[in-house]
Amino acid sequence: MMKGLKKWRLFSLLAVLTVFLAGCGQEELSTLLPAGQVGRDQFNLLLLSSGIMLLVIIVVVAIFLVALVRFRRSKLGEDHIPEQVEGSHKLELVWTIIPILLILLLAVPTVYYTYKLGDVSAMGAVDEDGNAENLVVDVTAKLYWWEFEYPDLGIVTAQELVVPMDEKVYFNLIAADVKHSFWIPAVGGKLDTNVENVNKFYLVFEKDSKDLKDGVFYGKCAELCGPSHALMDFKVKTMPRAEFDRWVTAMQASADNQVVANPEGQALFQQSCIGCHAVSGVGESGAQGPNLATFGDRNRVAGFMDHTKEDLIEWIKYPQEYKPGNKMPDFDGKLSDKELDAIAEYLMGLSVE
Amino acid sequence: MSSVAQKKGFGATLWDWLTTVDHKKIGILYFLGGGFFFVLGGIEAMLIRWQLHIPNNDFVSAGLFNDLITMHGTTMIFLAAMPILFGFMNAIMPLQIGARDVAFPFINSLGFWMFFFGGLFLNISWLFGEVPDAGWTSYASLSLASEGHGVDFYAIGLQIAGGGTLMAGINFLVTIINMRAPGMTYMRMPLFTWTTFVASAMILFAFPPLTVGLFFLTFDRMFGGNFFNHEMGGNTIIWEHIFWIFGHPEVYILILPAFGIFSEIFSIFSRKRLFGYPSMVFATVLIGFLGFMVWAHHMFTVGLGPTANAIFAVATMAIAVPTGVKIFNWLLTMWGGSIVVTTPMLYALGFIPSFVMGGVTGIMQGAAPLDYQLHDTYFIVAHFHYVIVGGVVLAILAATHLYWPKMFGTMLNETLGKVTFWFFFIGFHMTFLIQHWLGFWGMPRRVWTYMDGQGWNLANLISTVGAFLMAIGVIVLVYNAIVTSIKNVKVANDPWGDGRTLEWAIESPPIYYNFSATPLVRGLDSVWIEKMEGNESGLTPAEPIKDIHMPNGSIIPLLMSFGLFIAGFGAMFRTEESWGLPLLIFGLLWTFVSMAARSLQDDTGYYIKKEEILRDLKRKGGQN
Repeated sequence: MMKGLKKWRLFSLLAVLTVFLAGCGQEELSTLLPAGQVGRDQFNLLLLSSGIMLLVIIVVVAIFLVALVRFRRSKLGEDHIPEQVEGSHKLELVWTIIPILLILLLAVPTVYYTYKLGDVSAMGAVDEDGNAENLVVDVTAKLYWWEFEYPDLGIVTAQELVVPMDEKVYFNLIAADVKHSFWIPAVGGKLDTNVENVNKFYLVFEKDSKDLKDGVFYGKCAELCGPSHALMDFKVKTMPRAEFDRWVTAMQASADNQVVANPEGQALFQQSCIGCHAVSGVGESGAQGPNLATFGDRNRVAGFMDHTKEDLIEWIKYPQEYKPGNKMPDFDGKLSDKELDAIAEYLMGLSVE
Repeated sequence: MSSVAQKKGFGATLWDWLTTVDHKKIGILYFLGGGFFFVLGGIEAMLIRWQLHIPNNDFVSAGLFNDLITMHGTTMIFLAAMPILFGFMNAIMPLQIGARDVAFPFINSLGFWMFFFGGLFLNISWLFGEVPDAGWTSYASLSLASEGHGVDFYAIGLQIAGGGTLMAGINFLVTIINMRAPGMTYMRMPLFTWTTFVASAMILFAFPPLTVGLFFLTFDRMFGGNFFNHEMGGNTIIWEHIFWIFGHPEVYILILPAFGIFSEIFSIFSRKRLFGYPSMVFATVLIGFLGFMVWAHHMFTVGLGPTANAIFAVATMAIAVPTGVKIFNWLLTMWGGSIVVTTPMLYALGFIPSFVMGGVTGIMQGAAPLDYQLHDTYFIVAHFHYVIVGGVVLAILAATHLYWPKMFGTMLNETLGKVTFWFFFIGFHMTFLIQHWLGFWGMPRRVWTYMDGQGWNLANLISTVGAFLMAIGVIVLVYNAIVTSIKNVKVANDPWGDGRTLEWAIESPPIYYNFSATPLVRGLDSVWIEKMEGNESGLTPAEPIKDIHMPNGSIIPLLMSFGLFIAGFGAMFRTEESWGLPLLIFGLLWTFVSMAARSLQDDTGYYIKKEEILRDLKRKGGQN
């Protein structure tokens, strides 16, 4: 009997440990493995609040269990009439004041971090030459993709955000159609992209995305925005500042230095696709469809499908089936298999890295 | 309207139920109507969980999934939880204060029928294949962009049902203020009556904003309004404010009566007076008040700015204090008592740890910067299900077992009741505990599918298995209810043996005029006091037996509600179909004519003669 009990104990301990170790999620999208100052501040608040709350749960459950065991009618006898206690001012004061203190303990850091994370006063700062001191990215959320414009650098991209590490990156957020919400779980909390006003906040990226499983952080839309809300993913590439500067230069030159993997595909693209999709990284936000200047460097097709030529062809043929409600029409039947193959090859070749 | 049991034909019975203004029968109607929608919402939940049990599942389409989550939320809040609680309020609260009915029996009936037709209207959308799909919150930019008539069904259906709720709330308020028996002071009212009172006051202030918001939405979608169209100078954030100024108090409208039910249960099955009764009352009122001060904590990520977020964060945390007071008072009610674990008590015992967990995760989300991470993830899904299922639904199931004898005169099987509990309770924790982690791991809510390779597969599978355990629990309960009703073994006044309040001193179910003579109340837990002093009946009459004035039944409430139901279809198809506008006018006329008929009719009710009451008393062997 005792032996069985011990085994059971060991087993439950192992189970708890497994759950605990598995409990942190995946590095590229878990809030429990923060990859930047904002996410870490929020994680610290999570630890503090969980600690306080765990204490509360333990106290309540302890009293609860003792009362339940000690005061059973089966123990006290069927006819036992308990004393009809009215209450106790002393006790009631205790369990009013202690929760107030616990809440103060949580409220102070909450208010502090609320102001800290809401501080975007440095956003428009310029140096002596009138150049922006901080990187600003204008994010536009659309059904169901993300557009990232770098207004001070004159470049624009989509679906894959590229940012330098170890500095505050400021964001202007807005939605072009219905409300969405911009969230990179591993890096920091979300902020909504409203339709009528620009929201501003900052994030800090402190981990190189090269070391991650897919080489990118995962970004999500967190506000229900229609049928394909679940598929409105984006990816984030982080890199050291020098590398980022090289990327910016390459983007700024992408109009002239375009790699053409398949000239026939390029010709077809300019016939059928250019109306919505730009292939130059120079420009502003406001396009009909995602900018494709860095398409070959990306991690996913349409934000969620495998980055292969086959999947890309599938996507071009049946975008409405894969992402219901998006704005791209089906090209099945409008382009032959040969033409699709050429376009896909051309797109997979577009690269600035 | 004789009280002597007589066989009535099916038609006569049906007519009786359609025209009834008796609070006990309306309570049963609410209970059955809400129960029906509860099962419907439960089936929707099962489909949702089945869709998510594996990654990349295509069991339902993206569009249908959004229909399901919208209807699950809307149905469970407006058409299941609230009506079932109204059922208990109707059936029990007038008995607890020693009244013969609610203050406005006609309006009571009207409230029920408006709820019923509103719920019907909302769910008929399934037959049209155009179902609300913008979430139960129906945030404006999406609800305006939503194609088809789905969101129209939401706006009009909730408008009709919400009108009924508002009436019910006002009715309960007036009843509790005016119709308490002699000696039933406010500070002697049972906690369930107190929570009904505060919840009703909250309905009075919370539902008008919803009405306004739904009218705006209706005008925007059907009549070319631009309240929320930002391109025409409207503003979508206004909808969010209006919705949550209603929506947050709504949470407390649900949970306070649940607190009331558990207060009764802890007291009865610990055989002990509720510990700290005055502070329980004060905490209830304070929660009701603070409930109106915290709506923007649903909007921390909207971009209201750090000052607004900080204020609402601290206000939100403040609610933990009165809630904590309640939890400890319940624990101390058990402490030193004589606890017997019946099915209702089992639910109450399960409620304490479940609700505490839901409460503390609420505080965590109240910390605004942390909420930037948790908002709109599976963490919030876990949190509000811990509060609403772990609090409200457990209370509803507990009250179903506790008050079944008082409502139907027979007792649910205790063994089956406990089987239901264990399936439901284990399934509930299995479904929702793991979802906290899904949120931490980056899974947003309201996603119709998820890709493989994000580390969410196992947790989602566990969650789905748990959901099906809950479903088994509910199926056992339905089986229990059917078998019990068929056996129909009659029970005495106080089948639980330790009833403390007035409803346990009268017949199960009570005769249609409730009390032969209005009782005199001499303190909190009046029946307990009487019994301890040797008065076995538990009641002291405050007056001699005399003629009782009663209201007549009426079909007009049903007709009035039906007119609104018809007008709703007219409004929806006004521009598309030639019959749309005429139908709208016809429906409204139908309602106005019914109202006129009610106003012009001189219905003064009728009297039950003293002799008849004495005859009833004799039949019952002199019992109450």
